[in-house]
Amino acid sequence: MAAFADFWATYSTLVYSVGIHALLALSLWLTLSCGLLSLANAAFMGIGAYTAALLTLNLHWPFPAALLGGAVAPAVVALIIGAPTLRLSGVYLAMATLAFGEVTRILILNLQITGGPEGLNGIPLLTTGWYIVVILAVAGYGLARIRRSRLGRAFEAIREDEVAARLMGINVESHKLAAFTLGAVLAGVAGALNAHFTFFISPREYGFENAVDILTMTILGGTTSLIGPVLGASILTLLPELMRFLHAYRLAVNGLILVVVVLFLPTGLWDARRFRQLLKNRRARKGGQP
Amino acid sequence: MSLLSIRGIGKHFGGLQVLEDVNIEVPGGAIFALIGPNGAGKTTVFNLVTGLIKPSSGSIAFEGRDLAGVPPHQITRLGIARTFQNIRIFPDMTLLENVMVGRHHLLNYGGLALLFATPAFREAERRSRERALELLSWVKLDHKADATADNLSYGEQRKLEFARALATEPKLLLLDEPVAGMNPSEKAVLMEEIRNIRDRGYGVFLIEHDMRFVMNLCDRVAVLNFGRIIAEGPPDEIRTHPDVIEAYLGRGDEAEVS
Repeated sequence: MAAFADFWATYSTLVYSVGIHALLALSLWLTLSCGLLSLANAAFMGIGAYTAALLTLNLHWPFPAALLGGAVAPAVVALIIGAPTLRLSGVYLAMATLAFGEVTRILILNLQITGGPEGLNGIPLLTTGWYIVVILAVAGYGLARIRRSRLGRAFEAIREDEVAARLMGINVESHKLAAFTLGAVLAGVAGALNAHFTFFISPREYGFENAVDILTMTILGGTTSLIGPVLGASILTLLPELMRFLHAYRLAVNGLILVVVVLFLPTGLWDARRFRQLLKNRRARKGGQP
Repeated sequence: MSLLSIRGIGKHFGGLQVLEDVNIEVPGGAIFALIGPNGAGKTTVFNLVTGLIKPSSGSIAFEGRDLAGVPPHQITRLGIARTFQNIRIFPDMTLLENVMVGRHHLLNYGGLALLFATPAFREAERRSRERALELLSWVKLDHKADATADNLSYGEQRKLEFARALATEPKLLLLDEPVAGMNPSEKAVLMEEIRNIRDRGYGVFLIEHDMRFVMNLCDRVAVLNFGRIIAEGPPDEIRTHPDVIEAYLGRGDEAEVS
Protein backbone atom coordinates (compact mmCIF):
# COMPACT_ATOMS: atom_id res chain seq x y z
CA MET A 1 0.00 0.00 0.00
CA ALA A 2 2.83 2.31 0.91
CA ALA A 3 4.51 1.51 -2.40
CA PHE A 4 1.35 2.50 -4.20
CA ALA A 5 1.11 5.75 -2.24
CA ASP A 6 4.68 6.54 -3.27
CA PHE A 7 3.96 5.74 -6.87
CA TRP A 8 0.80 7.81 -6.81
CA ALA A 9 2.54 10.80 -5.27
CA THR A 10 5.10 10.76 -8.05
CA TYR A 11 3.01 9.76 -11.03
CA SER A 12 -0.58 10.85 -10.36
CA THR A 13 -0.15 13.90 -12.60
CA LEU A 14 1.02 11.64 -15.39
CA VAL A 15 -1.92 9.27 -14.97
CA TYR A 16 -4.33 12.23 -14.97
CA SER A 17 -2.69 13.50 -18.15
CA VAL A 18 -3.13 10.15 -19.85
CA GLY A 19 -6.86 10.22 -19.04
CA ILE A 20 -7.33 13.78 -20.25
CA HIS A 21 -5.36 13.20 -23.42
CA ALA A 22 -7.40 10.07 -24.07
CA LEU A 23 -10.56 12.18 -23.78
CA LEU A 24 -9.11 14.70 -26.25
CA ALA A 25 -8.13 11.97 -28.70
CA LEU A 26 -11.66 10.52 -28.47
CA SER A 27 -13.11 13.97 -29.15
CA LEU A 28 -11.13 14.17 -32.37
CA TRP A 29 -11.94 10.55 -33.18
CA LEU A 30 -15.62 11.52 -33.23
CA THR A 31 -15.08 14.42 -35.65
CA LEU A 32 -12.85 12.28 -37.85
CA SER A 33 -15.41 9.45 -37.85
CA CYS A 34 -17.66 11.80 -39.85
CA GLY A 35 -14.80 12.58 -42.25
CA LEU A 36 -14.09 16.02 -40.79
CA LEU A 37 -10.40 16.89 -40.51
CA SER A 38 -10.70 19.48 -37.77
CA LEU A 39 -7.92 21.32 -35.96
CA ALA A 40 -10.37 23.20 -33.75
CA ASN A 41 -10.41 20.76 -30.84
CA ALA A 42 -7.48 22.41 -29.02
CA ALA A 43 -9.41 25.68 -29.11
CA PHE A 44 -12.56 23.96 -27.85
CA MET A 45 -10.45 22.53 -25.04
CA GLY A 46 -9.30 26.06 -24.22
CA ILE A 47 -12.84 27.45 -24.25
CA GLY A 48 -13.94 24.65 -21.90
CA ALA A 49 -10.94 25.19 -19.61
CA TYR A 50 -11.40 28.96 -19.32
CA THR A 51 -15.17 28.75 -18.90
CA ALA A 52 -14.98 26.16 -16.13
CA ALA A 53 -12.05 27.88 -14.39
CA LEU A 54 -13.81 31.25 -14.39
CA LEU A 55 -16.97 29.65 -13.04
CA THR A 56 -15.17 28.08 -10.06
CA LEU A 57 -12.74 30.98 -9.49
CA ASN A 58 -15.06 33.95 -9.75
CA LEU A 59 -18.55 32.56 -9.20
CA HIS A 60 -17.60 29.69 -6.88
CA TRP A 61 -19.81 27.23 -8.74
CA PRO A 62 -19.66 23.62 -7.60
CA PHE A 63 -17.29 21.57 -9.73
CA PRO A 64 -19.90 19.41 -11.56
CA ALA A 65 -21.77 22.56 -12.61
CA ALA A 66 -18.52 24.15 -13.79
CA LEU A 67 -17.75 21.02 -15.81
CA LEU A 68 -21.17 21.32 -17.41
CA GLY A 69 -20.38 24.95 -18.26
CA GLY A 70 -17.09 23.77 -19.75
CA ALA A 71 -19.08 21.42 -22.00
CA VAL A 72 -21.83 23.83 -23.02
CA ALA A 73 -19.67 26.86 -23.94
CA PRO A 74 -17.61 25.08 -26.64
CA ALA A 75 -20.77 23.38 -27.92
CA VAL A 76 -22.42 26.76 -28.49
CA VAL A 77 -19.31 28.07 -30.26
CA ALA A 78 -19.14 24.89 -32.37
CA LEU A 79 -22.77 25.30 -33.44
CA ILE A 80 -22.14 28.90 -34.47
CA ILE A 81 -18.90 28.39 -36.43
CA GLY A 82 -19.92 24.94 -37.69
CA ALA A 83 -22.71 26.10 -39.96
CA PRO A 84 -20.46 28.11 -42.31
CA THR A 85 -17.17 26.14 -42.03
CA LEU A 86 -18.51 22.59 -42.37
CA ARG A 87 -19.41 23.28 -46.00
CA LEU A 88 -15.69 22.96 -46.60
CA SER A 89 -14.05 19.60 -46.89
CA GLY A 90 -10.63 18.03 -46.48
CA VAL A 91 -7.68 20.39 -46.32
CA TYR A 92 -9.90 23.48 -46.64
CA LEU A 93 -11.76 22.54 -43.48
CA ALA A 94 -8.43 21.93 -41.72
CA MET A 95 -7.32 25.44 -42.72
CA ALA A 96 -10.57 27.06 -41.59
CA THR A 97 -10.53 25.29 -38.21
CA LEU A 98 -6.84 26.12 -37.80
CA ALA A 99 -7.69 29.79 -38.35
CA PHE A 100 -10.52 29.52 -35.83
CA GLY A 101 -8.06 28.05 -33.32
CA GLU A 102 -5.67 30.96 -33.77
CA VAL A 103 -8.47 33.52 -33.44
CA THR A 104 -9.56 31.85 -30.21
CA ARG A 105 -6.02 31.80 -28.83
CA ILE A 106 -5.45 35.48 -29.66
CA LEU A 107 -8.83 36.40 -28.22
CA ILE A 108 -7.97 34.68 -24.93
CA LEU A 109 -4.59 36.38 -25.02
CA ASN A 110 -6.13 39.84 -25.26
CA LEU A 111 -9.26 39.68 -23.16
CA GLN A 112 -9.36 41.16 -19.64
CA ILE A 113 -11.43 38.43 -18.07
CA THR A 114 -9.08 35.63 -19.17
CA GLY A 115 -6.07 37.29 -17.57
CA GLY A 116 -4.38 37.95 -20.91
CA PRO A 117 -0.94 36.43 -21.47
CA GLU A 118 -0.53 35.69 -17.76
CA GLY A 119 -3.48 33.34 -17.86
CA LEU A 120 -5.49 32.27 -14.85
CA ASN A 121 -3.74 31.44 -11.60
CA GLY A 122 -4.86 29.63 -8.46
CA ILE A 123 -7.58 27.51 -10.00
CA PRO A 124 -8.91 25.23 -7.23
CA LEU A 125 -7.57 21.67 -7.49
CA LEU A 126 -10.92 19.93 -7.80
CA THR A 127 -10.16 17.23 -10.37
CA THR A 128 -9.77 13.87 -8.70
CA GLY A 129 -8.94 10.57 -10.32
CA TRP A 130 -12.57 9.51 -10.05
CA TYR A 131 -13.81 12.42 -12.14
CA ILE A 132 -11.43 11.44 -14.91
CA VAL A 133 -12.21 7.73 -14.72
CA VAL A 134 -15.97 8.23 -14.64
CA ILE A 135 -16.06 10.82 -17.41
CA LEU A 136 -13.73 8.76 -19.60
CA ALA A 137 -15.89 5.67 -19.03
CA VAL A 138 -19.11 7.56 -19.80
CA ALA A 139 -17.57 9.07 -22.95
CA GLY A 140 -16.26 5.68 -24.09
CA TYR A 141 -19.64 4.05 -23.45
CA GLY A 142 -21.52 6.82 -25.24
CA LEU A 143 -19.24 6.67 -28.27
CA ALA A 144 -19.51 2.87 -28.39
CA ARG A 145 -23.30 3.17 -28.37
CA ILE A 146 -23.21 5.78 -31.14
CA ARG A 147 -21.02 3.50 -33.25
CA ARG A 148 -23.64 0.76 -33.10
CA SER A 149 -26.57 2.98 -34.05
CA ARG A 150 -27.98 4.78 -37.05
CA LEU A 151 -25.95 7.84 -36.01
CA GLY A 152 -22.59 6.04 -36.15
CA ARG A 153 -23.45 4.36 -39.43
CA ALA A 154 -24.46 7.72 -40.88
CA PHE A 155 -21.15 9.30 -39.77
CA GLU A 156 -19.21 6.48 -41.38
CA ALA A 157 -21.27 6.62 -44.57
CA ILE A 158 -20.66 10.38 -44.84
CA ARG A 159 -16.92 9.81 -44.40
CA GLU A 160 -16.84 7.16 -47.12
CA ASP A 161 -19.07 8.79 -49.74
CA GLU A 162 -20.93 12.01 -49.03
CA VAL A 163 -23.12 11.94 -52.14
CA ALA A 164 -24.15 8.32 -51.64
CA ALA A 165 -24.89 9.04 -47.97
CA ARG A 166 -27.10 11.99 -48.97
CA LEU A 167 -29.05 9.79 -51.36
CA MET A 168 -29.56 7.22 -48.60
CA GLY A 169 -31.77 9.83 -46.91
CA ILE A 170 -29.10 11.15 -44.53
CA ASN A 171 -29.12 14.87 -43.76
CA VAL A 172 -25.37 15.31 -44.25
CA GLU A 173 -25.18 18.89 -42.93
CA SER A 174 -26.91 18.22 -39.62
CA HIS A 175 -24.89 15.06 -39.01
CA LYS A 176 -21.61 16.87 -39.65
CA LEU A 177 -22.67 19.60 -37.26
CA ALA A 178 -23.59 16.97 -34.64
CA ALA A 179 -20.19 15.24 -34.90
CA PHE A 180 -18.35 18.57 -34.75
CA THR A 181 -20.37 19.78 -31.74
CA LEU A 182 -20.15 16.53 -29.77
CA GLY A 183 -16.40 16.56 -30.41
CA ALA A 184 -16.30 20.11 -29.01
CA VAL A 185 -18.19 18.97 -25.89
CA LEU A 186 -15.67 16.21 -25.16
CA ALA A 187 -12.71 18.53 -25.80
CA GLY A 188 -14.29 21.19 -23.56
CA VAL A 189 -14.77 18.74 -20.68
CA ALA A 190 -11.17 17.56 -21.09
CA GLY A 191 -10.05 21.20 -20.86
CA ALA A 192 -12.17 21.82 -17.77
CA LEU A 193 -10.75 18.74 -16.03
CA ASN A 194 -7.22 19.73 -17.03
CA ALA A 195 -7.58 23.28 -15.68
CA HIS A 196 -8.64 21.98 -12.28
CA PHE A 197 -5.57 19.91 -11.68
CA THR A 198 -2.84 22.03 -13.23
CA PHE A 199 -3.69 25.05 -11.02
CA PHE A 200 -2.70 27.40 -13.84
CA ILE A 201 -3.76 27.86 -17.47
CA SER A 202 -2.51 30.20 -20.17
CA PRO A 203 -3.37 30.80 -23.84
CA ARG A 204 -0.19 29.06 -25.00
CA GLU A 205 -1.57 25.66 -24.08
CA TYR A 206 -4.39 25.82 -26.63
CA GLY A 207 -2.58 26.79 -29.80
CA PHE A 208 -1.54 25.08 -33.00
CA GLU A 209 0.99 22.84 -31.26
CA ASN A 210 -1.69 21.29 -29.07
CA ALA A 211 -4.03 20.85 -32.04
CA VAL A 212 -1.33 18.85 -33.83
CA ASP A 213 -0.63 16.84 -30.66
CA ILE A 214 -4.26 15.76 -30.48
CA LEU A 215 -4.24 14.84 -34.15
CA THR A 216 -1.00 12.86 -33.72
CA MET A 217 -2.41 10.87 -30.80
CA THR A 218 -5.56 9.95 -32.69
CA ILE A 219 -3.85 9.03 -35.95
CA LEU A 220 -1.06 7.13 -34.19
CA GLY A 221 -3.54 4.99 -32.26
CA GLY A 222 -5.82 4.48 -35.25
CA THR A 223 -9.33 5.64 -36.00
CA THR A 224 -10.97 2.31 -36.81
CA SER A 225 -11.95 1.68 -33.18
CA LEU A 226 -12.23 3.47 -29.83
CA ILE A 227 -9.17 1.67 -28.47
CA GLY A 228 -6.89 3.36 -31.01
CA PRO A 229 -7.20 6.97 -29.76
CA VAL A 230 -6.82 5.90 -26.11
CA LEU A 231 -3.72 3.87 -26.99
CA GLY A 232 -2.26 6.74 -29.03
CA ALA A 233 -2.89 9.22 -26.21
CA SER A 234 -1.28 6.89 -23.66
CA ILE A 235 1.81 6.30 -25.75
CA LEU A 236 2.39 9.95 -26.60
CA THR A 237 1.86 11.03 -22.99
CA LEU A 238 4.16 8.40 -21.52
CA LEU A 239 6.81 8.49 -24.23
CA PRO A 240 8.36 11.85 -23.24
CA GLU A 241 8.63 10.60 -19.66
CA LEU A 242 10.35 7.43 -20.79
CA MET A 243 12.68 9.43 -23.01
CA ARG A 244 13.50 12.39 -20.86
CA PHE A 245 16.88 12.71 -22.52
CA LEU A 246 14.99 13.73 -25.69
CA HIS A 247 12.83 16.24 -23.92
CA ALA A 248 13.81 19.30 -25.92
CA TYR A 249 13.18 17.34 -29.12
CA ARG A 250 9.79 16.03 -28.00
CA LEU A 251 7.98 17.88 -30.79
CA ALA A 252 10.42 16.62 -33.39
CA VAL A 253 9.90 13.07 -32.15
CA ASN A 254 6.11 13.55 -32.31
CA GLY A 255 6.41 14.74 -35.88
CA LEU A 256 8.67 11.84 -36.76
CA ILE A 257 6.21 9.36 -35.26
CA LEU A 258 3.35 10.89 -37.26
CA VAL A 259 5.35 10.61 -40.50
CA VAL A 260 6.38 7.02 -39.81
CA VAL A 261 2.84 5.97 -38.90
CA VAL A 262 1.29 7.62 -41.95
CA LEU A 263 3.87 5.97 -44.20
CA PHE A 264 3.92 2.46 -42.75
CA LEU A 265 0.72 2.07 -40.73
CA PRO A 266 -1.85 4.32 -42.41
CA THR A 267 -4.66 2.85 -40.29
CA GLY A 268 -2.75 3.41 -37.02
CA LEU A 269 -1.33 1.08 -34.41
CA TRP A 270 -4.64 -0.44 -33.38
CA ASP A 271 -6.58 -1.61 -36.42
CA ALA A 272 -9.28 -4.11 -35.50
CA ARG A 273 -9.73 -5.08 -39.12
CA ARG A 274 -6.06 -5.87 -39.62
CA PHE A 275 -6.07 -8.00 -36.45
CA ARG A 276 -9.09 -9.94 -37.66
CA GLN A 277 -7.38 -10.51 -40.99
CA LEU A 278 -4.21 -11.75 -39.26
CA LEU A 279 -6.26 -14.10 -37.09
CA LYS A 280 -8.09 -15.42 -40.12
CA ASN A 281 -4.84 -16.05 -42.04
CA ARG A 282 -3.42 -17.85 -39.06
CA ARG A 283 -6.48 -20.04 -38.71
CA ALA A 284 -6.44 -20.75 -42.42
CA ARG A 285 -2.80 -21.80 -42.22
CA LYS A 286 -3.47 -24.05 -39.24
CA GLY A 287 -6.51 -25.53 -40.99
CA GLY A 288 -4.37 -26.23 -44.05
CA GLN A 289 -2.05 -28.53 -42.10
CA PRO A 290 -2.99 -32.20 -41.97
CA MET B 1 -51.53 9.33 -62.85
CA SER B 2 -47.86 8.61 -63.42
CA LEU B 3 -45.47 8.16 -60.52
CA LEU B 4 -42.84 10.59 -61.77
CA SER B 5 -43.58 13.48 -64.11
CA ILE B 6 -40.74 15.36 -65.74
CA ARG B 7 -42.20 18.38 -67.53
CA GLY B 8 -40.33 20.63 -69.89
CA ILE B 9 -37.01 20.21 -68.13
CA GLY B 10 -34.05 22.16 -69.48
CA LYS B 11 -30.53 22.17 -68.08
CA HIS B 12 -27.46 24.06 -69.14
CA PHE B 13 -24.03 24.16 -67.55
CA GLY B 14 -22.75 27.62 -68.49
CA GLY B 15 -23.17 27.84 -72.26
CA LEU B 16 -23.55 24.09 -72.71
CA GLN B 17 -27.17 23.03 -73.21
CA VAL B 18 -27.39 19.47 -71.85
CA LEU B 19 -31.15 18.97 -71.76
CA GLU B 20 -33.84 20.80 -73.70
CA ASP B 21 -37.58 20.57 -73.08
CA VAL B 22 -37.49 16.99 -71.82
CA ASN B 23 -40.86 15.45 -70.97
CA ILE B 24 -40.99 12.01 -69.37
CA GLU B 25 -43.89 10.31 -67.57
CA VAL B 26 -42.73 7.29 -65.55
CA PRO B 27 -45.60 5.00 -64.54
CA GLY B 28 -45.69 3.04 -61.26
CA GLY B 29 -45.35 -0.74 -61.18
CA ALA B 30 -43.57 -0.87 -64.52
CA ILE B 31 -40.07 -0.91 -65.93
CA PHE B 32 -39.28 2.27 -67.83
CA ALA B 33 -36.01 2.75 -69.70
CA LEU B 34 -34.23 5.87 -70.84
CA ILE B 35 -31.77 5.04 -73.59
CA GLY B 36 -29.53 7.08 -75.82
CA PRO B 37 -25.98 7.44 -77.11
CA ASN B 38 -23.11 8.46 -74.83
CA GLY B 39 -23.32 12.02 -73.64
CA ALA B 40 -27.02 12.35 -74.48
CA GLY B 41 -27.73 13.64 -70.95
CA LYS B 42 -29.23 10.53 -69.34
CA THR B 43 -27.37 10.68 -66.04
CA THR B 44 -28.17 14.39 -65.84
CA VAL B 45 -31.85 13.44 -65.79
CA PHE B 46 -31.18 11.21 -62.75
CA ASN B 47 -29.17 13.92 -61.03
CA LEU B 48 -32.07 16.32 -61.53
CA VAL B 49 -34.68 13.87 -60.24
CA THR B 50 -32.66 13.07 -57.10
CA GLY B 51 -32.08 16.77 -56.41
CA LEU B 52 -28.28 16.70 -56.73
CA ILE B 53 -28.53 19.49 -59.31
CA LYS B 54 -31.26 22.04 -60.03
CA PRO B 55 -33.00 22.33 -63.39
CA SER B 56 -32.58 25.53 -65.38
CA SER B 57 -36.24 25.34 -66.39
CA GLY B 58 -39.25 23.08 -66.11
CA SER B 59 -40.53 21.03 -63.18
CA ILE B 60 -40.37 17.55 -61.71
CA ALA B 61 -43.19 16.04 -59.67
CA PHE B 62 -43.26 12.79 -57.71
CA GLU B 63 -46.74 11.42 -56.89
CA GLY B 64 -48.09 14.83 -57.81
CA ARG B 65 -45.76 16.66 -55.45
CA ASP B 66 -43.45 19.29 -56.91
CA LEU B 67 -39.81 18.50 -56.07
CA ALA B 68 -38.48 22.04 -56.61
CA GLY B 69 -36.34 23.07 -53.64
CA VAL B 70 -36.60 19.68 -51.90
CA PRO B 71 -33.12 18.61 -50.73
CA PRO B 72 -31.77 15.20 -51.90
CA HIS B 73 -32.15 13.40 -48.57
CA GLN B 74 -35.82 14.45 -48.42
CA ILE B 75 -36.39 13.22 -51.96
CA THR B 76 -35.05 9.83 -50.89
CA ARG B 77 -37.44 9.84 -47.94
CA LEU B 78 -40.35 10.58 -50.29
CA GLY B 79 -39.58 7.31 -52.05
CA ILE B 80 -36.98 7.70 -54.79
CA ALA B 81 -33.78 5.65 -54.53
CA ARG B 82 -30.98 5.30 -57.03
CA THR B 83 -27.82 3.45 -57.94
CA PHE B 84 -24.83 4.99 -59.69
CA GLN B 85 -23.16 4.37 -63.03
CA ASN B 86 -19.73 4.41 -61.33
CA ILE B 87 -20.64 2.33 -58.25
CA ARG B 88 -20.68 4.27 -54.97
CA ILE B 89 -20.83 1.74 -52.15
CA PHE B 90 -19.25 2.37 -48.72
CA PRO B 91 -16.08 0.30 -49.20
CA ASP B 92 -14.88 -0.01 -45.57
CA MET B 93 -18.27 -0.97 -44.16
CA THR B 94 -19.68 -4.48 -44.12
CA LEU B 95 -22.41 -5.47 -46.56
CA LEU B 96 -24.92 -5.50 -43.73
CA GLU B 97 -23.88 -2.01 -42.60
CA ASN B 98 -24.06 -0.75 -46.19
CA VAL B 99 -27.67 -1.88 -46.48
CA MET B 100 -28.55 -0.67 -42.97
CA VAL B 101 -27.39 2.84 -43.88
CA GLY B 102 -30.25 2.83 -46.37
CA ARG B 103 -32.67 2.35 -43.47
CA HIS B 104 -31.37 5.47 -41.69
CA HIS B 105 -34.56 7.51 -41.98
CA LEU B 106 -36.74 4.53 -41.05
CA LEU B 107 -35.05 4.18 -37.66
CA ASN B 108 -36.50 7.04 -35.68
CA TYR B 109 -35.39 6.33 -32.12
CA GLY B 110 -34.05 9.33 -30.20
CA GLY B 111 -30.70 10.07 -28.59
CA LEU B 112 -31.66 8.76 -25.15
CA ALA B 113 -33.00 5.47 -26.48
CA LEU B 114 -29.70 5.12 -28.32
CA LEU B 115 -27.55 5.84 -25.25
CA PHE B 116 -29.42 3.49 -22.94
CA ALA B 117 -30.07 0.81 -25.56
CA THR B 118 -33.75 0.69 -24.57
CA PRO B 119 -35.96 -2.22 -25.66
CA ALA B 120 -37.48 0.02 -28.36
CA PHE B 121 -33.99 0.75 -29.69
CA ARG B 122 -33.00 -2.93 -29.72
CA GLU B 123 -36.23 -3.91 -31.40
CA ALA B 124 -35.87 -1.25 -34.12
CA GLU B 125 -32.25 -2.24 -34.77
CA ARG B 126 -33.15 -5.93 -34.83
CA ARG B 127 -35.96 -5.45 -37.32
CA SER B 128 -33.76 -3.23 -39.45
CA ARG B 129 -31.02 -5.88 -39.46
CA GLU B 130 -33.52 -8.56 -40.44
CA ARG B 131 -34.86 -6.51 -43.31
CA ALA B 132 -31.31 -5.74 -44.46
CA LEU B 133 -30.49 -9.46 -44.46
CA GLU B 134 -33.67 -10.17 -46.38
CA LEU B 135 -32.70 -7.62 -49.04
CA LEU B 136 -29.21 -9.11 -49.22
CA SER B 137 -30.78 -12.51 -49.78
CA TRP B 138 -32.85 -11.07 -52.66
CA VAL B 139 -29.57 -10.32 -54.43
CA LYS B 140 -27.96 -13.54 -53.10
CA LEU B 141 -25.31 -11.82 -51.02
CA ASP B 142 -26.59 -12.75 -47.56
CA HIS B 143 -23.81 -15.30 -47.04
CA LYS B 144 -21.29 -12.43 -47.22
CA ALA B 145 -23.19 -10.07 -44.90
CA ASP B 146 -20.25 -9.53 -42.53
CA ALA B 147 -17.55 -9.14 -45.18
CA THR B 148 -16.36 -5.63 -46.00
CA ALA B 149 -17.76 -4.31 -49.23
CA ASP B 150 -14.41 -3.69 -50.95
CA ASN B 151 -13.87 -7.47 -51.06
CA LEU B 152 -16.73 -7.86 -53.54
CA SER B 153 -16.39 -8.39 -57.26
CA TYR B 154 -17.65 -5.71 -59.61
CA GLY B 155 -20.94 -7.47 -60.31
CA GLU B 156 -21.48 -8.12 -56.60
CA GLN B 157 -20.87 -4.46 -55.80
CA ARG B 158 -23.62 -3.52 -58.27
CA LYS B 159 -25.96 -5.96 -56.58
CA LEU B 160 -25.06 -4.57 -53.16
CA GLU B 161 -25.86 -1.07 -54.38
CA PHE B 162 -29.17 -2.41 -55.63
CA ALA B 163 -30.01 -3.91 -52.22
CA ARG B 164 -28.91 -0.73 -50.45
CA ALA B 165 -31.21 1.37 -52.66
CA LEU B 166 -34.13 -0.96 -51.88
CA ALA B 167 -33.41 -0.59 -48.17
CA THR B 168 -34.72 2.98 -48.25
CA GLU B 169 -38.14 1.42 -49.08
CA PRO B 170 -38.57 3.40 -52.30
CA LYS B 171 -41.61 3.52 -54.55
CA LEU B 172 -39.41 4.29 -57.51
CA LEU B 173 -35.97 2.85 -58.14
CA LEU B 174 -33.57 4.66 -60.47
CA LEU B 175 -30.91 2.36 -61.91
CA ASP B 176 -28.02 4.00 -63.75
CA GLU B 177 -26.62 1.38 -66.16
CA PRO B 178 -27.28 -1.58 -63.86
CA VAL B 179 -25.59 -4.18 -66.10
CA ALA B 180 -22.52 -2.20 -67.15
CA GLY B 181 -19.45 -4.45 -66.89
CA MET B 182 -21.47 -7.60 -66.24
CA ASN B 183 -21.13 -10.82 -68.21
CA PRO B 184 -24.17 -12.27 -70.04
CA SER B 185 -25.12 -14.74 -67.31
CA GLU B 186 -24.89 -12.05 -64.61
CA LYS B 187 -27.03 -9.83 -66.85
CA ALA B 188 -29.68 -12.53 -67.16
CA VAL B 189 -29.79 -12.96 -63.38
CA LEU B 190 -30.08 -9.23 -62.74
CA MET B 191 -32.79 -8.95 -65.40
CA GLU B 192 -34.79 -11.53 -63.51
CA GLU B 193 -34.21 -9.66 -60.25
CA ILE B 194 -35.40 -6.38 -61.75
CA ARG B 195 -38.54 -8.12 -63.00
CA ASN B 196 -39.08 -9.49 -59.50
CA ILE B 197 -38.72 -6.00 -58.09
CA ARG B 198 -41.36 -4.71 -60.48
CA ASP B 199 -43.68 -7.58 -59.60
CA ARG B 200 -43.33 -6.67 -55.94
CA GLY B 201 -44.88 -3.30 -56.86
CA TYR B 202 -41.87 -1.02 -57.24
CA GLY B 203 -41.57 1.35 -60.18
CA VAL B 204 -38.26 0.98 -62.01
CA PHE B 205 -36.69 3.75 -64.09
CA LEU B 206 -33.42 2.71 -65.67
CA ILE B 207 -30.72 4.06 -67.94
CA GLU B 208 -29.03 1.58 -70.19
CA HIS B 209 -26.74 1.20 -73.17
CA ASP B 210 -27.33 -2.50 -73.75
CA MET B 211 -30.17 -2.51 -76.31
CA ARG B 212 -30.97 -6.21 -76.08
CA PHE B 213 -31.22 -5.96 -72.30
CA VAL B 214 -33.59 -2.99 -72.56
CA MET B 215 -35.79 -4.44 -75.30
CA ASN B 216 -36.30 -7.72 -73.45
CA LEU B 217 -36.91 -6.20 -70.07
CA CYS B 218 -38.76 -2.92 -70.32
CA ASP B 219 -42.41 -2.08 -70.57
CA ARG B 220 -41.75 1.34 -72.03
CA VAL B 221 -38.75 3.14 -73.51
CA ALA B 222 -37.80 6.75 -74.11
CA VAL B 223 -34.87 7.73 -76.31
CA LEU B 224 -32.71 10.74 -75.51
CA ASN B 225 -30.36 12.20 -78.11
CA PHE B 226 -28.44 15.47 -77.81
CA GLY B 227 -30.55 16.48 -74.81
CA ARG B 228 -33.92 15.90 -76.50
CA ILE B 229 -36.43 13.08 -76.34
CA ILE B 230 -36.69 11.79 -79.91
CA ALA B 231 -39.03 8.86 -79.35
CA GLU B 232 -41.13 7.25 -76.63
CA GLY B 233 -43.23 4.09 -76.57
CA PRO B 234 -43.25 0.32 -76.13
CA PRO B 235 -40.00 -1.49 -77.08
CA ASP B 236 -41.31 -2.90 -80.39
CA GLU B 237 -42.22 0.55 -81.60
CA ILE B 238 -38.85 2.00 -80.53
CA ARG B 239 -36.88 -0.76 -82.25
CA THR B 240 -38.27 0.21 -85.63
CA HIS B 241 -38.47 3.98 -85.10
CA PRO B 242 -36.47 5.63 -87.93
CA ASP B 243 -35.10 8.46 -85.74
CA VAL B 244 -33.81 5.96 -83.17
CA ILE B 245 -32.10 3.84 -85.81
CA GLU B 246 -30.49 6.96 -87.16
CA ALA B 247 -29.32 8.09 -83.70
CA TYR B 248 -27.74 4.75 -82.97
CA LEU B 249 -26.49 3.59 -86.37
CA GLY B 250 -26.25 6.72 -88.47
CA ARG B 251 -28.14 7.20 -91.73
CA GLY B 252 -29.78 4.30 -93.53
CA ASP B 253 -27.35 4.00 -96.44
CA GLU B 254 -24.37 3.78 -94.04
CA ALA B 255 -26.13 1.11 -92.00
CA GLU B 256 -26.66 -0.99 -95.09
CA VAL B 257 -22.94 -0.95 -95.86
CA SER B 258 -22.14 -2.57 -92.52
